[in-house]
Amino acid sequence: MMWRGCCRLLWGRSPPVRLPRPLLVTGGSGPVGLGGGRAYAPPAERKRFYQNVSISQGEGGFEINLDHRKLKTPQAKLFTVPSEALAIAVATEWDSQKDTIKFYTMHLTTLCNTALDNPTQRNKMQLIRAAVKFLETDTVCYRVEEPAALAELQKNEWDPVVAWAEKRYNVAIGSSTSILGPNIPASTKETFVSHLASYNMWALQGIEYVITQLKSLILSMGLIDRHITVEKAVLLSRLEEEYQIQRWGNVEWAHDYDLCELRARAAAGTLFVHLCSESSTVKHKLLQD
Amino acid sequence: MAALGSPLRTLRGLLRELRYASGRAGRPYRDTPAYQHIVAAFRAHRVTSEKLCRAQQELHFQAATYLCLLRSVREHTALHQEYHGKGERSPEEVAGLVGFRLPQQPGGKG
Repeated sequence: MMWRGCCRLLWGRSPPVRLPRPLLVTGGSGPVGLGGGRAYAPPAERKRFYQNVSISQGEGGFEINLDHRKLKTPQAKLFTVPSEALAIAVATEWDSQKDTIKFYTMHLTTLCNTALDNPTQRNKMQLIRAAVKFLETDTVCYRVEEPAALAELQKNEWDPVVAWAEKRYNVAIGSSTSILGPNIPASTKETFVSHLASYNMWALQGIEYVITQLKSLILSMGLIDRHITVEKAVLLSRLEEEYQIQRWGNVEWAHDYDLCELRARAAAGTLFVHLCSESSTVKHKLLQD
Repeated sequence: MAALGSPLRTLRGLLRELRYASGRAGRPYRDTPAYQHIVAAFRAHRVTSEKLCRAQQELHFQAATYLCLLRSVREHTALHQEYHGKGERSPEEVAGLVGFRLPQQPGGKG
Protein backbone atom coordinates (compact mmCIF):
# COMPACT_ATOMS: atom_id res chain seq x y z
CA MET A 1 0.00 0.00 0.00
CA MET A 2 1.18 3.48 -0.81
CA TRP A 3 1.31 6.45 1.50
CA ARG A 4 -1.62 7.94 -0.25
CA GLY A 5 -3.64 4.95 0.88
CA CYS A 6 -2.42 5.34 4.44
CA CYS A 7 -3.51 8.96 4.41
CA ARG A 8 -7.01 7.88 3.55
CA LEU A 9 -7.07 5.30 6.33
CA LEU A 10 -5.91 7.84 8.86
CA TRP A 11 -8.69 10.24 7.99
CA GLY A 12 -11.13 8.25 10.06
CA ARG A 13 -9.35 8.56 13.36
CA SER A 14 -7.08 11.55 13.38
CA PRO A 15 -7.65 15.17 12.36
CA PRO A 16 -6.53 15.97 8.82
CA VAL A 17 -3.79 18.33 9.98
CA ARG A 18 -1.89 15.32 11.28
CA LEU A 19 -1.68 13.66 7.90
CA PRO A 20 1.74 12.17 7.34
CA ARG A 21 3.58 14.48 5.03
CA PRO A 22 7.25 14.82 4.30
CA LEU A 23 8.88 16.47 7.27
CA LEU A 24 11.87 18.72 7.51
CA VAL A 25 14.47 18.87 10.22
CA THR A 26 13.49 22.27 11.48
CA GLY A 27 9.97 22.13 10.14
CA GLY A 28 8.47 24.42 7.55
CA SER A 29 5.45 26.58 8.04
CA GLY A 30 2.93 25.48 10.65
CA PRO A 31 0.30 22.91 9.85
CA VAL A 32 -2.37 24.12 7.50
CA GLY A 33 -5.94 23.58 8.58
CA LEU A 34 -8.95 22.95 6.41
CA GLY A 35 -9.62 25.75 3.99
CA GLY A 36 -13.06 27.28 3.65
CA GLY A 37 -16.12 26.47 5.65
CA ARG A 38 -17.73 23.98 3.31
CA ALA A 39 -18.34 20.48 4.53
CA TYR A 40 -16.72 18.77 1.54
CA ALA A 41 -13.93 21.24 0.85
CA PRO A 42 -10.62 19.45 0.33
CA PRO A 43 -7.81 20.17 2.77
CA ALA A 44 -5.71 23.18 1.88
CA GLU A 45 -2.48 22.45 0.10
CA ARG A 46 0.67 23.33 1.92
CA LYS A 47 2.34 26.56 0.91
CA ARG A 48 5.66 26.32 -0.88
CA PHE A 49 7.93 27.26 2.01
CA TYR A 50 11.30 26.94 0.28
CA GLN A 51 13.06 28.81 -2.48
CA ASN A 52 15.79 26.59 -3.82
CA VAL A 53 15.93 22.85 -4.30
CA SER A 54 19.34 21.22 -4.54
CA ILE A 55 20.90 17.78 -4.44
CA SER A 56 23.81 16.66 -2.31
CA GLN A 57 25.65 13.40 -2.10
CA GLY A 58 25.62 11.81 1.34
CA GLU A 59 26.76 8.50 2.75
CA GLY A 60 23.58 6.59 1.92
CA GLY A 61 23.13 8.07 -1.53
CA PHE A 62 21.73 11.30 -2.93
CA GLU A 63 19.79 13.68 -0.71
CA ILE A 64 17.39 16.51 -1.48
CA ASN A 65 17.83 19.91 0.16
CA LEU A 66 15.01 22.44 0.33
CA ASP A 67 16.94 25.64 0.96
CA HIS A 68 19.29 24.37 3.69
CA ARG A 69 17.01 21.79 5.22
CA LYS A 70 17.20 18.15 4.32
CA LEU A 71 14.07 16.46 3.02
CA LYS A 72 12.74 13.66 5.22
CA THR A 73 10.21 10.90 4.73
CA PRO A 74 6.83 10.74 6.51
CA GLN A 75 8.47 8.45 9.10
CA ALA A 76 11.15 11.11 9.61
CA LYS A 77 13.93 9.13 7.99
CA LEU A 78 16.47 10.98 5.92
CA PHE A 79 15.36 11.03 2.29
CA THR A 80 18.14 9.34 0.33
CA VAL A 81 17.91 7.73 -3.09
CA PRO A 82 20.41 5.40 -4.76
CA SER A 83 20.63 7.05 -8.15
CA GLU A 84 21.56 10.58 -9.16
CA ALA A 85 19.07 10.66 -12.02
CA LEU A 86 16.30 9.73 -9.59
CA ALA A 87 17.41 12.46 -7.18
CA ILE A 88 17.33 14.99 -10.03
CA ALA A 89 13.83 13.88 -11.03
CA VAL A 90 12.63 14.15 -7.41
CA ALA A 91 14.24 17.58 -7.05
CA THR A 92 12.52 18.66 -10.26
CA GLU A 93 9.19 17.59 -8.77
CA TRP A 94 9.78 19.77 -5.72
CA ASP A 95 11.08 22.66 -7.78
CA SER A 96 8.13 22.62 -10.17
CA GLN A 97 5.60 23.24 -7.39
CA LYS A 98 4.28 26.73 -7.88
CA ASP A 99 2.64 28.43 -4.89
CA THR A 100 1.41 25.35 -3.08
CA ILE A 101 2.88 21.88 -2.78
CA LYS A 102 0.63 19.41 -4.57
CA PHE A 103 1.63 16.06 -3.16
CA TYR A 104 -0.75 14.21 -5.45
CA THR A 105 1.35 15.23 -8.46
CA MET A 106 4.66 14.07 -6.96
CA HIS A 107 4.60 10.40 -7.86
CA LEU A 108 8.36 9.81 -7.76
CA THR A 109 8.64 11.39 -4.31
CA THR A 110 5.77 9.19 -3.14
CA LEU A 111 7.45 6.07 -4.53
CA CYS A 112 10.75 6.92 -2.84
CA ASN A 113 8.96 7.53 0.45
CA THR A 114 7.28 4.15 0.15
CA ALA A 115 10.55 2.42 -0.62
CA LEU A 116 12.34 4.16 2.27
CA ASP A 117 9.65 3.76 4.91
CA ASN A 118 8.12 0.51 3.66
CA PRO A 119 4.88 1.38 5.50
CA THR A 120 3.37 -2.08 5.00
CA GLN A 121 6.48 -3.74 6.48
CA ARG A 122 6.62 -6.40 3.82
CA ASN A 123 9.74 -8.32 2.97
CA LYS A 124 10.99 -9.16 -0.49
CA MET A 125 9.18 -12.51 -0.80
CA GLN A 126 5.85 -11.01 0.31
CA LEU A 127 6.22 -8.28 -2.30
CA ILE A 128 6.94 -10.81 -5.03
CA ARG A 129 4.02 -13.03 -4.01
CA ALA A 130 1.68 -10.01 -4.05
CA ALA A 131 2.92 -9.10 -7.52
CA VAL A 132 2.60 -12.61 -8.96
CA LYS A 133 -0.86 -13.03 -7.43
CA PHE A 134 -2.04 -10.45 -9.96
CA LEU A 135 -1.40 -12.99 -12.71
CA GLU A 136 -4.48 -14.97 -11.62
CA THR A 137 -6.68 -11.96 -12.29
CA ASP A 138 -4.63 -10.34 -15.03
CA THR A 139 -6.64 -7.84 -17.10
CA VAL A 140 -5.35 -9.13 -20.43
CA CYS A 141 -6.36 -12.73 -19.62
CA TYR A 142 -10.03 -11.94 -18.99
CA ARG A 143 -11.95 -11.76 -22.23
CA VAL A 144 -15.56 -11.02 -23.07
CA GLU A 145 -17.76 -12.98 -25.48
CA GLU A 146 -20.06 -10.11 -26.35
CA PRO A 147 -20.30 -7.54 -27.80
CA ALA A 148 -18.48 -9.15 -30.69
CA ALA A 149 -16.64 -5.95 -31.61
CA LEU A 150 -15.11 -5.69 -28.15
CA ALA A 151 -14.23 -9.38 -28.14
CA GLU A 152 -12.41 -8.94 -31.42
CA LEU A 153 -10.68 -5.80 -30.19
CA GLN A 154 -9.44 -7.66 -27.11
CA LYS A 155 -8.20 -10.52 -29.26
CA ASN A 156 -6.37 -8.23 -31.67
CA GLU A 157 -4.83 -5.98 -29.03
CA TRP A 158 -4.14 -8.31 -26.13
CA ASP A 159 -3.12 -11.52 -27.88
CA PRO A 160 0.21 -10.09 -29.17
CA VAL A 161 1.22 -8.98 -25.65
CA VAL A 162 0.31 -12.33 -24.11
CA ALA A 163 2.20 -14.09 -26.92
CA TRP A 164 5.22 -11.86 -26.31
CA ALA A 165 5.18 -12.66 -22.57
CA GLU A 166 4.85 -16.40 -23.24
CA LYS A 167 7.83 -16.29 -25.58
CA ARG A 168 9.95 -13.94 -23.47
CA TYR A 169 9.54 -15.92 -20.25
CA ASN A 170 8.98 -19.29 -21.90
CA VAL A 171 5.73 -19.93 -20.01
CA ALA A 172 2.11 -20.81 -20.71
CA ILE A 173 -0.45 -18.13 -19.83
CA GLY A 174 -3.49 -18.29 -22.11
CA SER A 175 -6.74 -16.42 -21.74
CA SER A 176 -10.29 -17.22 -20.73
CA THR A 177 -13.85 -15.96 -21.04
CA SER A 178 -14.90 -17.73 -17.83
CA ILE A 179 -15.49 -15.77 -14.65
CA LEU A 180 -12.91 -17.99 -12.96
CA GLY A 181 -10.23 -16.78 -15.32
CA PRO A 182 -7.54 -18.76 -17.06
CA ASN A 183 -5.87 -21.74 -15.48
CA ILE A 184 -2.33 -20.50 -14.91
CA PRO A 185 0.11 -23.40 -14.42
CA ALA A 186 2.20 -23.39 -11.25
CA SER A 187 5.39 -23.43 -13.33
CA THR A 188 4.42 -20.08 -14.86
CA LYS A 189 4.08 -18.51 -11.44
CA GLU A 190 7.38 -19.98 -10.32
CA THR A 191 9.10 -18.53 -13.38
CA PHE A 192 7.79 -15.06 -12.59
CA VAL A 193 8.68 -15.43 -8.90
CA SER A 194 12.27 -16.30 -9.72
CA HIS A 195 12.46 -13.56 -12.35
CA LEU A 196 11.18 -10.92 -9.94
CA ALA A 197 13.60 -12.14 -7.28
CA SER A 198 16.43 -10.77 -9.43
CA TYR A 199 15.26 -7.19 -8.72
CA ASN A 200 16.21 -5.26 -5.61
CA MET A 201 13.70 -4.05 -3.00
CA TRP A 202 13.40 -0.56 -4.47
CA ALA A 203 12.70 -1.83 -7.95
CA LEU A 204 10.21 -4.36 -6.58
CA GLN A 205 8.23 -1.65 -4.81
CA GLY A 206 8.05 0.13 -8.16
CA ILE A 207 7.07 -3.03 -10.04
CA GLU A 208 4.26 -3.77 -7.61
CA TYR A 209 3.10 -0.17 -7.95
CA VAL A 210 2.95 -0.42 -11.74
CA ILE A 211 1.13 -3.76 -11.54
CA THR A 212 -1.53 -2.41 -9.19
CA GLN A 213 -2.01 0.64 -11.42
CA LEU A 214 -2.31 -1.28 -14.69
CA LYS A 215 -4.08 -4.22 -13.02
CA SER A 216 -1.87 -6.52 -15.05
CA LEU A 217 1.40 -8.31 -14.44
CA ILE A 218 1.86 -9.02 -18.14
CA LEU A 219 1.46 -5.38 -19.25
CA SER A 220 3.75 -4.27 -16.42
CA MET A 221 6.48 -6.68 -17.44
CA GLY A 222 6.09 -5.48 -21.04
CA LEU A 223 6.71 -1.99 -19.74
CA ILE A 224 9.62 -2.90 -17.47
CA ASP A 225 11.22 -4.94 -20.28
CA ARG A 226 10.77 -1.94 -22.61
CA HIS A 227 8.60 -3.96 -24.99
CA ILE A 228 5.74 -1.43 -24.99
CA THR A 229 5.60 2.28 -24.21
CA VAL A 230 3.70 3.75 -21.28
CA GLU A 231 1.03 5.14 -23.57
CA LYS A 232 0.51 1.74 -25.16
CA ALA A 233 0.42 -0.10 -21.82
CA VAL A 234 -2.15 2.33 -20.43
CA LEU A 235 -4.24 2.04 -23.59
CA LEU A 236 -4.21 -1.77 -23.34
CA SER A 237 -5.04 -1.62 -19.64
CA ARG A 238 -8.05 0.61 -20.35
CA LEU A 239 -9.11 -1.20 -23.51
CA GLU A 240 -12.74 -1.75 -22.55
CA GLU A 241 -13.08 1.85 -21.34
CA GLU A 242 -11.63 3.09 -24.62
CA TYR A 243 -14.14 0.94 -26.48
CA GLN A 244 -17.01 2.38 -24.46
CA ILE A 245 -15.67 5.91 -25.02
CA GLN A 246 -15.67 5.33 -28.77
CA ARG A 247 -19.25 4.17 -28.54
CA TRP A 248 -20.72 6.59 -26.01
CA GLY A 249 -18.44 9.60 -26.11
CA ASN A 250 -15.61 11.00 -24.04
CA VAL A 251 -16.13 12.94 -20.83
CA GLU A 252 -13.12 15.12 -20.09
CA TRP A 253 -13.54 15.35 -16.32
CA ALA A 254 -13.79 11.60 -15.91
CA HIS A 255 -12.11 9.77 -18.80
CA ASP A 256 -9.30 12.17 -19.62
CA TYR A 257 -8.70 12.80 -15.94
CA ASP A 258 -8.29 9.07 -15.26
CA LEU A 259 -6.18 8.60 -18.37
CA CYS A 260 -3.71 11.34 -17.41
CA GLU A 261 -3.45 10.11 -13.86
CA LEU A 262 -2.91 6.49 -14.89
CA ARG A 263 -0.29 7.51 -17.45
CA ALA A 264 1.52 9.63 -14.89
CA ARG A 265 1.52 6.84 -12.32
CA ALA A 266 2.56 4.12 -14.75
CA ALA A 267 5.34 6.32 -16.16
CA ALA A 268 6.56 7.22 -12.66
CA GLY A 269 6.61 3.57 -11.60
CA THR A 270 8.45 2.44 -14.74
CA LEU A 271 11.03 5.20 -14.50
CA PHE A 272 11.49 4.42 -10.82
CA VAL A 273 12.15 0.73 -11.56
CA HIS A 274 14.62 1.53 -14.33
CA LEU A 275 16.50 4.12 -12.33
CA CYS A 276 16.68 1.90 -9.26
CA SER A 277 17.79 -1.28 -11.00
CA GLU A 278 20.35 -0.03 -13.47
CA SER A 279 24.03 0.04 -12.86
CA SER A 280 25.12 2.64 -15.29
CA THR A 281 28.40 2.00 -16.98
CA VAL A 282 29.58 4.23 -19.75
CA LYS A 283 31.75 2.57 -22.30
CA HIS A 284 33.50 4.91 -24.61
CA LYS A 285 34.25 3.71 -28.05
CA LEU A 286 37.95 3.37 -28.63
CA LEU A 287 39.14 5.22 -31.62
CA GLN A 288 41.74 3.42 -33.60
CA ASP A 289 44.65 5.34 -34.91
CA MET B 1 11.54 -2.97 -28.35
CA ALA B 2 8.85 -0.37 -28.42
CA ALA B 3 8.71 2.07 -31.31
CA LEU B 4 9.66 5.47 -29.97
CA GLY B 5 10.22 7.69 -32.97
CA SER B 6 13.08 10.11 -33.28
CA PRO B 7 15.22 10.77 -30.18
CA LEU B 8 15.45 14.44 -31.12
CA ARG B 9 11.68 14.72 -30.95
CA THR B 10 11.71 13.20 -27.47
CA LEU B 11 14.44 15.61 -26.38
CA ARG B 12 12.50 18.59 -27.68
CA GLY B 13 9.38 17.39 -25.89
CA LEU B 14 11.30 16.95 -22.65
CA LEU B 15 12.80 20.42 -22.83
CA ARG B 16 9.39 21.90 -23.52
CA GLU B 17 7.96 20.15 -20.45
CA LEU B 18 10.88 21.36 -18.33
CA ARG B 19 10.16 24.90 -19.47
CA TYR B 20 6.54 24.53 -18.39
CA ALA B 21 7.56 22.90 -15.13
CA SER B 22 10.19 25.40 -14.02
CA GLY B 23 7.98 26.93 -11.40
CA ARG B 24 9.79 29.99 -10.19
CA ALA B 25 10.20 32.78 -12.64
CA GLY B 26 13.55 34.49 -12.74
CA ARG B 27 15.65 31.36 -13.01
CA PRO B 28 16.10 30.14 -16.57
CA TYR B 29 15.26 26.48 -17.00
CA ARG B 30 18.65 25.90 -18.59
CA ASP B 31 20.21 26.27 -15.14
CA THR B 32 18.18 23.45 -13.61
CA PRO B 33 19.97 20.17 -12.87
CA ALA B 34 17.32 18.29 -14.85
CA TYR B 35 18.10 20.24 -18.03
CA GLN B 36 21.81 19.73 -17.64
CA HIS B 37 21.43 16.02 -16.87
CA ILE B 38 19.13 15.35 -19.80
CA VAL B 39 21.20 17.27 -22.33
CA ALA B 40 24.41 15.64 -21.11
CA ALA B 41 22.83 12.17 -21.31
CA PHE B 42 21.55 12.79 -24.83
CA ARG B 43 24.93 14.13 -25.92
CA ALA B 44 26.75 11.13 -24.46
CA HIS B 45 24.51 8.72 -26.33
CA ARG B 46 24.48 10.39 -29.71
CA VAL B 47 24.28 8.01 -32.61
CA THR B 48 27.66 6.85 -33.66
CA SER B 49 28.44 4.26 -36.27
CA GLU B 50 26.84 1.40 -34.34
CA LYS B 51 23.94 -0.24 -36.07
CA LEU B 52 22.07 -1.00 -32.88
CA CYS B 53 23.16 0.58 -29.66
CA ARG B 54 21.39 -1.02 -26.75
CA ALA B 55 22.35 1.64 -24.24
CA GLN B 56 21.02 4.33 -26.52
CA GLN B 57 17.73 2.49 -26.95
CA GLU B 58 17.39 2.10 -23.20
CA LEU B 59 18.14 5.75 -22.60
CA HIS B 60 15.64 6.76 -25.23
CA PHE B 61 12.97 4.59 -23.60
CA GLN B 62 13.76 6.20 -20.26
CA ALA B 63 13.54 9.67 -21.79
CA ALA B 64 10.21 8.85 -23.44
CA THR B 65 8.91 7.53 -20.12
CA TYR B 66 9.99 10.69 -18.33
CA LEU B 67 8.39 12.80 -21.03
CA CYS B 68 5.16 10.88 -20.57
CA LEU B 69 5.36 11.44 -16.80
CA LEU B 70 5.91 15.20 -17.07
CA ARG B 71 3.27 15.68 -19.72
CA SER B 72 0.66 13.58 -17.94
CA VAL B 73 1.24 15.31 -14.62
CA ARG B 74 0.82 18.69 -16.29
CA GLU B 75 -2.38 17.65 -18.06
CA HIS B 76 -3.72 15.98 -14.94
CA THR B 77 -3.06 19.07 -12.83
CA ALA B 78 -4.81 21.25 -15.41
CA LEU B 79 -7.88 18.97 -15.37
CA HIS B 80 -7.78 18.84 -11.58
CA GLN B 81 -7.72 22.63 -11.40
CA GLU B 82 -10.59 22.84 -13.81
CA TYR B 83 -12.94 20.23 -12.41
CA HIS B 84 -11.87 18.93 -9.02
CA GLY B 85 -10.76 19.92 -5.61
CA LYS B 86 -12.86 23.04 -5.25
CA GLY B 87 -15.40 21.54 -2.89
CA GLU B 88 -19.10 21.40 -3.56
CA ARG B 89 -20.53 22.84 -6.75
CA SER B 90 -23.73 24.80 -6.99
CA PRO B 91 -26.74 23.01 -8.55
CA GLU B 92 -26.40 25.25 -11.61
CA GLU B 93 -22.78 24.20 -12.12
CA VAL B 94 -23.61 20.51 -11.68
CA ALA B 95 -26.40 20.76 -14.20
CA GLY B 96 -24.08 22.57 -16.61
CA LEU B 97 -21.47 19.80 -16.36
CA VAL B 98 -23.83 17.25 -17.87
CA GLY B 99 -25.30 19.69 -20.35
CA PHE B 100 -28.51 20.64 -18.57
CA ARG B 101 -29.90 23.96 -17.51
CA LEU B 102 -32.07 24.49 -14.46
CA PRO B 103 -35.60 25.58 -15.32
CA GLN B 104 -36.46 29.22 -15.01
CA GLN B 105 -39.25 30.03 -12.62
CA PRO B 106 -41.38 32.82 -14.04
CA GLY B 107 -42.19 35.38 -11.40
CA GLY B 108 -39.40 34.35 -9.05
CA LYS B 109 -39.31 31.59 -6.44
CA GLY B 110 -42.35 30.57 -4.38
